Amino acid sequence: MSEEHYLELCDSPVQFENASSVNNVFFDEANKQVFAVRSGGATGVVVKGPDDKNSIAFRMEDKGEVKCIKFSYENKILAVQRSPKSVDFINFMPDLPHSEFSQECKTKNATVLGFCWTSWNEIVFITDQGVEFYQVLPDKRSLKLLKSHSINVNWYVYCPETSVILLSTTVQGNVLQPFAFKCGTMSKMSKFEIELPVVTKPAKIILSERDIAVATIYGQLYVMYLKHHSRTGNNPGAEVVLYHLQREGACKRSHILKLNTTGKFALNVVDNLVIVHHQSSQTSFMFDIKMKDTDSNLNIHQPVLPARSIHPYKIALTGPAAVGSQTPVPCELYSSTWSVFQPDIIISASEGYLWYLQVKLKPVVSLLQDKSKLMEFLLRRRDCKMVILSVCSQMLSRGDKGSLPVVAIVFDKLNQVYKEYLEAEQSYTMAVECGPSRGSTAHKRPVRTQAVIDQSDMYTHVLSLFTERKDVSHKFIIAVLMEYIRSLNQFQITVQHYLYELVIKTLVQHNLLYMLHQFLQYHVLSDSKPLACLLLSLESTYPPAHQLSLDMLKRLSTANDEIVEVLLSKQQVLGALRFIRSVGGHDNISARKFLDAARQTKDQMLFYTIFRFFEQRNQRLRGSPNFTPGEHCEEHVAYFKQAFGEQAFIKPVTL
Amino acid sequence: FSPRMATGMQEKQYTPSLLNFFIYNPKFGPREGEEEKKILFYHPSDVEKNEKIRNVGLCEAIVQFTRTFCPSKPAKSLHTQKNRQFFFEPEENFWIVMVLCMFILNYICAEFIDTVYGAVLQQCYSMYKLFNGTFARAMEAGGVELLTQKLEKFFYRYLQTLHLQSCDLLDVFGGISFFPLDKMTYLKIQSFVNRVEESLSLIKYTAFLYNDQLIWSGLEQDDMRILYKYLTTSLFPRHSEPELAGRDSPLRPEVAGNLLHYGRFLTGPSNLKDPEAKFRFPKIFVNTDDSYEELHLIVYKAMSAAVCFMISASEELGREFCEQLDGLVGPQLTLLASDICEQYNINRRVSGSEPQFKFIYFNHMNLAEKSTIHMRKTASVSLTSVHPDLMKILGDIHADFVRVDEDEEIIVKAMTDYWVVGKKSDQRELYVILNQKNANLIEVNEEVKRLCATQFNNIFFLD
Repeated sequence: MSEEHYLELCDSPVQFENASSVNNVFFDEANKQVFAVRSGGATGVVVKGPDDKNSIAFRMEDKGEVKCIKFSYENKILAVQRSPKSVDFINFMPDLPHSEFSQECKTKNATVLGFCWTSWNEIVFITDQGVEFYQVLPDKRSLKLLKSHSINVNWYVYCPETSVILLSTTVQGNVLQPFAFKCGTMSKMSKFEIELPVVTKPAKIILSERDIAVATIYGQLYVMYLKHHSRTGNNPGAEVVLYHLQREGACKRSHILKLNTTGKFALNVVDNLVIVHHQSSQTSFMFDIKMKDTDSNLNIHQPVLPARSIHPYKIALTGPAAVGSQTPVPCELYSSTWSVFQPDIIISASEGYLWYLQVKLKPVVSLLQDKSKLMEFLLRRRDCKMVILSVCSQMLSRGDKGSLPVVAIVFDKLNQVYKEYLEAEQSYTMAVECGPSRGSTAHKRPVRTQAVIDQSDMYTHVLSLFTERKDVSHKFIIAVLMEYIRSLNQFQITVQHYLYELVIKTLVQHNLLYMLHQFLQYHVLSDSKPLACLLLSLESTYPPAHQLSLDMLKRLSTANDEIVEVLLSKQQVLGALRFIRSVGGHDNISARKFLDAARQTKDQMLFYTIFRFFEQRNQRLRGSPNFTPGEHCEEHVAYFKQAFGEQAFIKPVTL
Repeated sequence: FSPRMATGMQEKQYTPSLLNFFIYNPKFGPREGEEEKKILFYHPSDVEKNEKIRNVGLCEAIVQFTRTFCPSKPAKSLHTQKNRQFFFEPEENFWIVMVLCMFILNYICAEFIDTVYGAVLQQCYSMYKLFNGTFARAMEAGGVELLTQKLEKFFYRYLQTLHLQSCDLLDVFGGISFFPLDKMTYLKIQSFVNRVEESLSLIKYTAFLYNDQLIWSGLEQDDMRILYKYLTTSLFPRHSEPELAGRDSPLRPEVAGNLLHYGRFLTGPSNLKDPEAKFRFPKIFVNTDDSYEELHLIVYKAMSAAVCFMISASEELGREFCEQLDGLVGPQLTLLASDICEQYNINRRVSGSEPQFKFIYFNHMNLAEKSTIHMRKTASVSLTSVHPDLMKILGDIHADFVRVDEDEEIIVKAMTDYWVVGKKSDQRELYVILNQKNANLIEVNEEVKRLCATQFNNIFFLD
């Protein structure tokens, strides 16, 4: 069973002093920091996160109950809200005075609902009557209003990743007005309405901020709405409705995630997966908005996998009793004291823990039977490489009947991603070679994600081990190799030589040389010098390999020297000479090499012919038939003289 | 070069006809009075017994006599004024003799005639062996009685299909025409074959053909060679003729599941829907030298793509299997066939029109043959587009090539403005017929070089 928990809490949580009557805990989503404020700050503020290493501790004056406390980016300025009207600031930059300064909201009679930092010195106040965008001038200990906008606000949600603030407006609260902030500018995006379930008693706020979350999924910004259905209706259950929020244009309802149950839910986004925690069943659902359900309407999604609980987690006991080595105790999962933050944070304030939620891929492999779906799913995950490779190995080792079509689909999926990467890489290289582009945008080198599984990965982790297996039929092994080569070709990816070598090795091992011959005949194994040499080495077991090799060398057209060597080794001296002459290389060949070969044939006439050829070449190139000392042909000249006599030499022409 | 003028060509047509065809084993009736026992098969069967015994005895004597001169190479043929006898010992002590009646030809062609009909005789045996296994196995299984039965059954029909007058160089080569195909489509075919073999694991070997040309053979070369011969000269023509005639309209698509397909069995059940359909397939014998396998031969075709599936003969094949195969292969093969057709048309457009040259190419290594001289073969005759005299010159050049091991080139000026060029490089032979008035030797040589550079640029051909 434990193999089935596909969600887990991270190993090294951020630990902080648990919330109590004297210790208030705050969480800042932007910097992912936990603030433990003891006695309004007078007895200390401890800031922890985003990892457990960095913590900041300081004290501040107790000027009343802290409602909200957040650092600006890089911990430069601290903002604290203690009253409904104003926000206080403390510089944390060295060389600047630490004393507090304060800013009251500009709108009269307005109440500050909260504030959000959008950069190291820019801050947005959200009031019940609108937004106010300020620049903090720490050296002057004052703020400058950059922009403001009036609108009735019920509540707000902030997405720090994209610096977008969503404001809930109207009586029912279901019209959302997004604002985007960037480098001192505030832009109003088009508002949109959340479709509420059938309303019985209108005229009161129905859309609660608890049911809205904002997160980036696959690089796009989505507003997630947890839509509870009334129990009275015959609705199957709650659902999560995703609204796609674009910079330009209207926000559109884009996906519906079916929960098929009711109760209390919480949302996380991990590795582009939407995780929906269900408290009463203590399980979580996982959705992938890129996974298409063929049997349902477009963009209505069922959970990828059956709901499972988060992997059991143990914590050391806290409190005064926790001294020395304590045996860890199981942590209560899905506790009502948990707070869930975007994208992947779970906080237990009562126990003093902050965890990141993580997706484990291994259990997914056994839970998702459809290999094609599984591969698509894995290819979209961050740490997928080793899991994908092990899925490939596993798939091949079983050699189930009818698995070849599945193998083919899996290879195609891998190679599609591989090809896309290669293409991006290629256009990047080309762009770089063409010099800097006219626009100021620098060329960005494509990022190689783990989903890019190249030939060497497949060779090292899957194919080379697979071909060694004794319990799999060679027919299947060859079929798999050919399938991989087919897939690479289909995506026009150049096949690496070591794959061909693997094919040849396997065929030779099982004495399937005629099969090899046919593959070569149809150029399935692409021409290369190493392949031609490999074929030459097979000649003794399979004579036609000689012809195949020569043909290949010929087609390469850069292997003329190799062809000459092959022919000379076969004592085809005349053939070698005629070949090199036909390609126009006969002026550069070594006379000695040919004469040596001719001598070895013990064919007097052949030797004569070859000797005469080189005499004529000498005559043509240097005006004299004699060999130069550098050609080292003295031995052959002597032999020629002995065999055919002095008068057989070409007479030097003297003009 | 060894240019030679082919002179003194006689216009007399040679029309060889089959006089006798017999198979004997001298060990079966060694004693006097038992000579008849030696004879395992005799054509024509109505020949008087004593004449049979006389003819067999004569052959036996000739073979014995000539063996004294060269024990390793016994006589292959005997020329008389009117007849030619061809001897072949395919298995130890089993002799097949073919006697042809033909008129005297000029001496140049004599040697070639021997090569051609010698090859025809060997092919007779190979074809017999493909469908019946070896003589020795038949003897083991059922003695002389079974062997004579088998021989009778096979050769009675087979000899009627020998078309002796149209035999030529291609019969000597016994080559395989390969379908030109791009790598990607070839890999798709590989993938198809592998998948079918995987899901129908009974299948031991598969061969894939398109347009009567081979693309893939899971069988070894020698077995494929004779199976290819059978398919292209016997099975396919038999099925294409009714197709052309529009009879039994096989081009109506079948529906398997929800997929339309054009697949049908060329061997076995002609119509799966027929409740009376028979599920018997021809049996073939392969790898007779070692593993000696007997296989069912299933030939299945969709449009121009034909696939041979071979399954161990010990397996029972029934309706269920055939329906499964039809359902699996039919739709895929239909798709593949149209893919191949499309690719082929693209490639043809790219490479341009067929060459003007008339040539025959053969590669001993992979048995690949290509001829622009021969028209499409039908069941009855193979047509050539050149005069028989030119064909004879080709044969003569070939005979020269056989005699020497080394690569060579022969250029012949024929009487009628034709030049015939033969080229042998490593294991390849190329014969070109050029019709160029007033061309000289150098021009002809250049022309052939050009041909090699365009048509055969992807293989190593010595100049």
